[in-house]
Amino acid sequence: MFSLGPAEWQAINVTFRLCLYTTLILLVLATPIAWWLAQGRNTVRTVVQAIVALPLVLPPTVLGFYLLIVLGPEGIVGETLERIGLHHLAFTFEGILIASVLYSMPFAVQPLTQAFSNLGRRPVEVASSLGAGFADRFFSVIFPLTRSGFVVAATLTFAHTLGEFGVILMLGGSIPGETKVLSVLIYDHAEAMNYEATHALSLMLLIFAFITLFVVYSINRRLVVARL
Amino acid sequence: MTLHIRARLRRGDDFELDVDSTLPLDGVTALFGRSGCGKTTLLRVIAGLERPQDATVRFAGQSWQQGRRQFVPLHKRRIGLVFQEHSLLPHLSAKENLLYGYRRTPEALRRLHPDEVMAMLGIDDLLERRIDQLSGGQRQRFSLGRALLISPQLLLLDEPLAALDTQTKSEIMPFLSRMAAESGVPIIMVSHVPDEVERLADRVAFMHAGRIQRVESLREALARPDSPLFDDEGAASVLEGRLGCLDEGLDECPIEEGYQWFGTDDMALRVPANGYASKHAARHATGHATGHATGARPSRLRILARDVSLSLDVPHRISIQNHLPVIIERIDPPRNHRTIVACRTADQQLLLAEVTPHAVRQLALAPSQRVYALIKSVALLA
Repeated sequence: MFSLGPAEWQAINVTFRLCLYTTLILLVLATPIAWWLAQGRNTVRTVVQAIVALPLVLPPTVLGFYLLIVLGPEGIVGETLERIGLHHLAFTFEGILIASVLYSMPFAVQPLTQAFSNLGRRPVEVASSLGAGFADRFFSVIFPLTRSGFVVAATLTFAHTLGEFGVILMLGGSIPGETKVLSVLIYDHAEAMNYEATHALSLMLLIFAFITLFVVYSINRRLVVARL
Repeated sequence: MTLHIRARLRRGDDFELDVDSTLPLDGVTALFGRSGCGKTTLLRVIAGLERPQDATVRFAGQSWQQGRRQFVPLHKRRIGLVFQEHSLLPHLSAKENLLYGYRRTPEALRRLHPDEVMAMLGIDDLLERRIDQLSGGQRQRFSLGRALLISPQLLLLDEPLAALDTQTKSEIMPFLSRMAAESGVPIIMVSHVPDEVERLADRVAFMHAGRIQRVESLREALARPDSPLFDDEGAASVLEGRLGCLDEGLDECPIEEGYQWFGTDDMALRVPANGYASKHAARHATGHATGHATGARPSRLRILARDVSLSLDVPHRISIQNHLPVIIERIDPPRNHRTIVACRTADQQLLLAEVTPHAVRQLALAPSQRVYALIKSVALLA
């Protein structure tokens, strides 16, 4: 059996950190966005909904290309960072982390929006009338009643980040320990015709992805994951 | 204590709420009107759940909303809210639901406490249950108790009985009226059912097409021959009085089995003693400040005008047991070959009798005339 070498461990480490940070950041970012989207329908909401869903249909290379331009040394963000003495974000871990957050956004926002819509406004109104302020309402009523939505959002985000390839290759390249994640390592192994290693890592990701989806479907059968 | 509210709110093309009213707020005020007339929307504006831009909401000297400049969110208004459906929080137990607001109420503001509220609503034995182990009526009692336990300045009830079946409704009614009488919290109650209004309300605000048309006391509302409160059963009167012993100082007052006395110092009627309402309430009659010295407790009687006949002589040798000497106050013009005669009882309450125009002519009935009202049947309200 193929044993994991230092290159593999390094890639696993980068991948795991990327998935974890992306998930944590997205839970914080996606919650208010999803809450706002669940409050009804109007043109502004539809626009935001469409923007959030863009990564679902765009080729990852398109997103990666634009991020490379914006975050790179010549881009608005990258240039500004350089001017204040920091490094631009192309080919860095921070760069691919930003890319992951944008790329996995719909996988966090959509289940949460669904969960908040199902919750309805009544429990929140009840909590308000009973004297619970905003944060109190969130932690004592909203979160406990939409917990499965949060679990689904976190799991899908983690799993989807794990499967990223195109965006990372465009923006991050393949720098070991910095931007070389598992999917990129698999690509490199296959390019080098190192099929045994390719096979082992691929199987690992396949099993992991299956378990993740199995868990998600078990938690919330009503959620239409197929739509994502 | 008054509630001043001025608000305009458009909903789609066919609904506009347009209210500019000051409601006196002691006891129970009913917002009465058909479905879709804006009762619930008005309630939500008062609660701060709807926020029309130019609205003004002032309650007992506090400004809750002043257009766009100032707005007090619901959780700082201390309003108890009870909705049509029970709305208990499904992830909490019955007890946790009951205490959710109590725990969030500063100690200095707590006037109502769990023990008395649980006794008032008869839920002491149900505390440890899960919500899905409670019946519809029990859930609604928990919702009421939960709202009361924030010691609210104002209680808003949005058709609290609408989702319950007739049996459960009559179970809850006595709790509601006891709550209204004992909690001392002003109540605004949305309803489209005349029966609920007559049982519980002290005052009625009639709403139609997004506007409050008039606000009047229940007595005034029932004195109008065309009152919107009269449904298919026609005109009705509500008599207020006490149930039980009416003679002060008497421990026992004789009456045949199955009946009890209802009345005031100047009149007395026999009313049936059966029914869940009276049994259950009687258990609590003593020990509460609302009861009379003799143990009599305030109650209401609903009498349909068509169940009241008039006689010029003292009735005797007649099967109808309840007669009252009354003075005719007003004879309304006939409608559908029926005439409503409004009479004053000895204690100045209004009693409506429905007679034929022919009878009015034959007996030569006229205002100020002394006659006897024969009451064929009564319904005990609370």
